[in-house]
Amino acid sequence: MSKDILFEIGLEEVPARFIRAAMEQLKDRTVKWLEASRISHSGVSAYATPRRLTVLVKDAAEKQEDISEEVKGPSRKIALDASGEWSKAALGFARSQGVSPEQFTFKELAGVEYIYATKNSDGVNTSSLLSEGLSGIVSAMTFPKNMRWGAYDFKFVRPIRWLVALFGQEVIDLEITGVKAGNVSRGHRFLGTEAVISEPAEYVETMRSQHVLVDVKEREELILSQINKLAEEKGWTIAIKEDLLEEVLFLVETPTVLFGTFDAAFLNIPQDVLITSMREHQRYFPVFDAAGALLPFFVTVRNGNAESLDVIAKGNEKVLRARLSDAKFFYEEDQKLEISDALAKLENIVYHEELGSVGDKVRRIRAVADRLAVKLGLSEKAAAEASRTADICKFDLVTQMVNEFSELQGTMGEDYARKAGESEAVARGIFEHYQPRFAGDAVPASEVGLVVSLADKIDTIVGCFSIGIIPTGSQDPYALRRQAAGIVQMVLEHKLTVSLQEIFDAALEVHENLRTEKPFAPDLRINLYEFFGLRVKRLLSDNVRYDVVDAVIAAGFDDIVAVVGRSRALMDTVNNQADFKITVDSLTRVSNLAAKAAEGTAVVPSLLKEEAERKLYETWQAIHAPYQEALRARNAEEALRILSGLKDAVTGFFDSVMVMADDEQIRANRLALLAGIDADSKAFADFGKLVW
Amino acid sequence: MNFQQMILTLQQFWSAQNCILVQPYDTEKGAGTMNPMTFLRSLGPEPWKVAYVEPSRRPSDGRYGENPNRLYQHHQFQVIIKPSPDNIQELYLDSLKALGVDPLLHDIRFVEDNWENPSLGCAGLGWEVWLDGMEITQFTYFQQVGGIETSPVAVEITYGMERLASYIQEKENVFDLEWVGGMTYGDVFHQPEVEHSTYTFEVSDVKMLFTLFNTYEEEARRAMEQHLVFPAYDYVLKCSHTFNLLDARGAISVTERTGFITRVRNLARTVAATYLEEREKLGFPLLKKEGADLV
Repeated sequence: MSKDILFEIGLEEVPARFIRAAMEQLKDRTVKWLEASRISHSGVSAYATPRRLTVLVKDAAEKQEDISEEVKGPSRKIALDASGEWSKAALGFARSQGVSPEQFTFKELAGVEYIYATKNSDGVNTSSLLSEGLSGIVSAMTFPKNMRWGAYDFKFVRPIRWLVALFGQEVIDLEITGVKAGNVSRGHRFLGTEAVISEPAEYVETMRSQHVLVDVKEREELILSQINKLAEEKGWTIAIKEDLLEEVLFLVETPTVLFGTFDAAFLNIPQDVLITSMREHQRYFPVFDAAGALLPFFVTVRNGNAESLDVIAKGNEKVLRARLSDAKFFYEEDQKLEISDALAKLENIVYHEELGSVGDKVRRIRAVADRLAVKLGLSEKAAAEASRTADICKFDLVTQMVNEFSELQGTMGEDYARKAGESEAVARGIFEHYQPRFAGDAVPASEVGLVVSLADKIDTIVGCFSIGIIPTGSQDPYALRRQAAGIVQMVLEHKLTVSLQEIFDAALEVHENLRTEKPFAPDLRINLYEFFGLRVKRLLSDNVRYDVVDAVIAAGFDDIVAVVGRSRALMDTVNNQADFKITVDSLTRVSNLAAKAAEGTAVVPSLLKEEAERKLYETWQAIHAPYQEALRARNAEEALRILSGLKDAVTGFFDSVMVMADDEQIRANRLALLAGIDADSKAFADFGKLVW
Repeated sequence: MNFQQMILTLQQFWSAQNCILVQPYDTEKGAGTMNPMTFLRSLGPEPWKVAYVEPSRRPSDGRYGENPNRLYQHHQFQVIIKPSPDNIQELYLDSLKALGVDPLLHDIRFVEDNWENPSLGCAGLGWEVWLDGMEITQFTYFQQVGGIETSPVAVEITYGMERLASYIQEKENVFDLEWVGGMTYGDVFHQPEVEHSTYTFEVSDVKMLFTLFNTYEEEARRAMEQHLVFPAYDYVLKCSHTFNLLDARGAISVTERTGFITRVRNLARTVAATYLEEREKLGFPLLKKEGADLV
């Protein structure tokens, strides 16, 4: 026999960004509790709106499953005394298990006979477990931010105002923070009333009649279909950003899409400003024409029905008008600010107590950028543009617009710089120097933007590491991982010839020159290299097997483009070349013996006695130069192909040559030969790390 | 509904909920929360219900009376109830209805907004309430006041009166609001807005303000030594306002800023802790006030 369980936690409006996770958490906890309580069921559904988190369990058994459990006791020898009576130990075991000795059975385990007690426990009624079970689930819930309310010493995401807890038609006896569970839910705040849920299966429909769409998916589809219908009617493109849709979805119980308009004169303000203002401040969806130009309309979602939408649109238009007027004011005021005055203000903004003001940071960016421009061989003109870009890349931080919308940093800088007569390359460079801003973002397209972006990021990383700020675990307050990943991405996508150490050097020199008191944190360079190593490893692991990653990284990752090339070539060969294992085995064997070689011993050709070792030496000599050349040219496939050419000679060598010869000189010479080959092979990868 | 009627309506409404109606506090402050009727009374176990209008000064928001939305001084209508009642959201929505806002004809939403006042060591969780997209109220469950965990928890409702009025009266410019029969907001407040902005941004004597800050701080400390909580707190408020004037004048660098905020916060914390001690010495008298409406 089974009945459905319904549990609805009625709340004051939960922050939209927490709701989906809270709903899933409630579901998970319920499923786990049912399992732990041995209550069978045919599925759990979860629902959520701003004011409620709900689970519905279908066909929950009315009784727990019975269990029968065998418990092992003492051995027969101990359980029975000399006269064949139950010993004290056996009687004690019986007591502790709540069974009588007559119920013991004997069973053999590894040649010894033991007594066993069989414990049967009959499942109890589900209804007697639900009260404690559901209370426990609520108490165990966790949220990113909790609060207390009233006089209760209980923390939850928002105050609990009602509870519906039903097992079939029966109300589960349950009380949390003075709220007693019942069968009465609350409908939409304004359109609905209180409503009796006669049984769990009625929940979704009863709430619908109360103007609450509890099903998240249904609500989302309704919002989308209304937006699409509007777009079609008007011939608009309505940009639906996922995270905004998600937020809106959890701000409403009955969604009704409406649109409003704003004065087309505001379109003179940069499009990004208008979009950000609409999205961030008002949670509006911006509207575009077919060509992608912003139109003076916005789309919003009301929590309610279609009643008096004109009043609501008018109200929203008024708010947006005030917002956009502010934006316009900021935009106009900002343009009165001379870039030089803005730069002077940067001197007063603390970047970091130990790393000086933003003005100091800008000077470092400039110095690092100049060094990198030389390394990357920028033309004189481009280098000068990079210098200028570096000098002014942060000036927009003191503008009112960026103060209001920090996400517009760079965007405003580009716009204002262009208006102030800076060259196109410099204006664009200001925007680009923040790229890539997030995972998956584009890298700077221009070399000017690229150089300044590299300089800014490596300055931040080296600066933080130099004063001991190194990300650990989830602690990365300065987003150093993202910035390091950005550098790696830039080097790769632009196929830069600059090595990591050269990038470090540029920043380290600058920090050294500008630093007055504090010495660098110890192991600075090692820590930097390891930190970047992890970023490179992570990047490679997206497409390449872990052992291949380990193998190529062991050969160094200073040249990021090269290590990526080697990883791909090796992965490809491992996958597609059936006999590659033989090559790898022979190189590993070389490596193992090479470890015994004395350092710095050169091969003396005249000491090579046997044909196979002469053959190996000659083959190696023939490939050495072209192999190194292929590596230098970052042609990893070619390098690996050449290296694989050693296979037969190596195999032949091991087949007929006794490396550990009695003659010390000969032995040393053979080891030196292997060490030379090993050094070449390890310039590509440590093949011993490959797993077959 | 004119501005004056709005105030009267809210006073009437919350009076009927047994709130004590007090008058604006006579020391300059940036928000109704800083009124001792909120800041101090929301501490400790004693019940409390109060409502008042608070003229709030934000020197850096001054716009010489030229901006239709921003003001040197605006009005908050503040309600504090401790412990927070179970039906507080419903009460609040009823108060909007009393102001003539029919929720069925509008879009009213509670949008997450966690409130913090670092200079007073206060933090709370709650919402901003949106009326057709406009923020009209800040709704907060205090979790911490003066660095002390609240228990029981007080709920604070702060109506932004100008915002609400501009919506109710359908006015674009705050100075066009009707205060009372034929008198506009501008008639009453425009000149002070212009003059306070001029004073704040151009005239104030920075040197004197720095001296005042130090003097007020010192006096707050001296009063604290005598366990004179309320007088000490008045000087904390004066410090805070003086800091705001200096800040608006651009006289405080970013580096110094944190230092000043910390100084005010430390004072506020001491005052809060001492207030609790003093109430305890008195035996938390409001706990025993049987028969009083607020209990």
